[in-house]
Amino acid sequence: MADDENKPAPEDKVQPPERQYAENRAELRQKQAEPPKTGHVWDGIEEYDNPMPRWWLWTFYITIIWALLYTIAYPAWPLVRQATPGLLGYSSRADVAQDIDSVRARNAPLDTRIASMELDEVVHDPELFRYAVAGGAAVYRTFCSQCHGSGAQGAVAFPSLLNDDWLWGGTLDDIYWTIAHGVRNENDPDARWSQMPAFGEILDRSEIDSVAQYVLALAGRQHDAAMARSGEELYLDNCAACHGDDGLGDRFQGAPNLTNDIWQYGGSLATITETITYSRFGVMPSWADRLTEAQVRKVTLYVHQLGGGE
Amino acid sequence: MSLLKHHGKIERNATLLLGLSFAVVTVSGIVEIVPLFYLENTIEEVEGVRPYSPLELAGRDIYIREGCYVCHSQMIRPLRDEVERYGHYSLAAESMYDHPFQWGSKRTGPDLARIGGRYSDEWHVAHMIDPQSVVPESVMPPYGFMMNVRIDGRYIEDLMRVHRLVGVPYTDEMLENARADFLAQANPDADHSGLLERYPGAQTRNFDGQPELTEMDAIIAYMQMLGTLVDFSTFIPDASR
Ligand code: HEC
Ligand code: HEC
Ligand code: HEC
Repeated sequence: MADDENKPAPEDKVQPPERQYAENRAELRQKQAEPPKTGHVWDGIEEYDNPMPRWWLWTFYITIIWALLYTIAYPAWPLVRQATPGLLGYSSRADVAQDIDSVRARNAPLDTRIASMELDEVVHDPELFRYAVAGGAAVYRTFCSQCHGSGAQGAVAFPSLLNDDWLWGGTLDDIYWTIAHGVRNENDPDARWSQMPAFGEILDRSEIDSVAQYVLALAGRQHDAAMARSGEELYLDNCAACHGDDGLGDRFQGAPNLTNDIWQYGGSLATITETITYSRFGVMPSWADRLTEAQVRKVTLYVHQLGGGE
Repeated sequence: MSLLKHHGKIERNATLLLGLSFAVVTVSGIVEIVPLFYLENTIEEVEGVRPYSPLELAGRDIYIREGCYVCHSQMIRPLRDEVERYGHYSLAAESMYDHPFQWGSKRTGPDLARIGGRYSDEWHVAHMIDPQSVVPESVMPPYGFMMNVRIDGRYIEDLMRVHRLVGVPYTDEMLENARADFLAQANPDADHSGLLERYPGAQTRNFDGQPELTEMDAIIAYMQMLGTLVDFSTFIPDASR
């Protein structure tokens, strides 16, 4: 029993790690010649001066050669007046010009047809029309959606292009002109132009109130019938020249139809009063010099087929 | 390889290591930076670029203060998709009077290098007050308070002096008229002849539609001139640059 008690526990058979390590090291030292040491000693620990792994060293040399070849192939070394242009003649500017030209050239057969045909002829050429509408949608998303909304639904002060309530006309040619030259902008002399006067300087407060009630009546909104009646006369004197005797608007002047309850700025009494008092001045930029002729025509066809085209 | 053996000396001497590292960085800095100051193809002469007018400069300051550059770049790269979306790629000369430049490195929103003239003032006002009112999908924060912060150009001359100190060629005449020009640009009734002579192509109108001169006027004046100074119908950049 005493023997049993003195028998070491199984784990004691395992030698302490330091000793095992020392033995392994001794074995190792026998197997391979001791590499040189750097001479750094820290707390008894010494550092071997092993060579870099071969693969690492060669990769390093290859990167140096690669860099040299690169500077020969591409613009790099500064000389007296210019940098070396490089054997490949690379230039990011020439590159982008070439890139754009090659895409334009690929689309050229279709684009030149769109640019030279009458717009309503394009509508009757199904293949060309499909191409034009897809291209127009891309132009629309890039340049128009910020104002007219990504679904062309419009926003306050920016008209919806989905309905047939056009300010300036909904035929292909009307829409083309509006897009190419814009509305009330300063940089295009052919921009559509008109200006509703600010009636705050022409009519007095109560007159504006009654003509505003008349506008509500025209739109079929809830209104004060007595005030609207007195507003009718004022309307015919001051507003009918542009908005028409019956309030149907005038596309020649971009004067909106006031009878259909579709509003660019808003149909509440407060907003209508504000419109009449201070007037409005909706501006749309011109696109003829930002976009190509084919792009303007494509987006025209796109807008025309959204629902309201005439 | 005998030379390489001595690297141990450098490694063991901190001061020597520091001194030699500094020498290496200096030499490579000189080789990389100095040529940019004399090589003819980095300094492209471009007609039309001028220093910012006082109001535009104030708008630019607001742009920096609000960190618009965190979400917007002002640098159209020469890549087809960028050129087709934003317009002609940016030229170095177009930001030559920018201290610091606003090229940016992050586009949460679109590039603004050629935003000038692309939208109406009215759109900018609506968009700054409440971006989602015109672009429902937008994640841009609102900046409507700018409509209420009045500015009077009290310190604009000092600001221009600082810019002159770092190399913007503001003339004495420009500095003398700084405040007058500042006030005139957004006032449609003012006499703009002097302003337009000093800053050709400056746009003059009431930018925010309010009678008061506010930060909104300044930021819109700045945005509406961005990228508009070079006339690309007459200027054709050298493709070899
Ligand atoms: C800066 C904002 C803005 C941008 C960008 C813009 N528009 Fe407009 N657009 C307007 C405004 C404002 C009007 C209304 C003008 C008015 O009050 O008469 C308008 C009117 C129109 C009209 C006439 C609507 C009608 O009822 O007669 C069409 C068509 C149109 N835009 C198409 C486009 C297209 C296509 C694009 C893109 C190439 C575009 N717009 C980009 C602001 C913009
Ligand atoms: C010189 C022509 C002209 C006269 C006169 C005129 N208007 Fe207008 N009106 C316009 C134009 C143009 C617009 C569109 C403005 C815009 O798009 O920015 C407009 C817009 C409006 C609108 C905004 C409609 C909407 O969709 O939000 C209302 C309301 C209006 N007018 C009412 C009146 C009333 C009432 C009068 C008379 C007191 C009047 N207008 C006189 C040309 C005129
Ligand atoms: C959190 C990021 C963020 C910050 C900060 C920010 N914007 Fe924007 N901005 C956007 C996003 C996203 C859009 C695109 C959606 C939109 O039109 O609102 C945008 C769009 C714009 C546009 C329209 C660009 C175009 O081509 O359609 C202008 C102009 C603009 N921002 C100006 C500013 C200004 C000026 C500031 C600083 C006062 C600013 N932004 C700060 C995210 C930001």
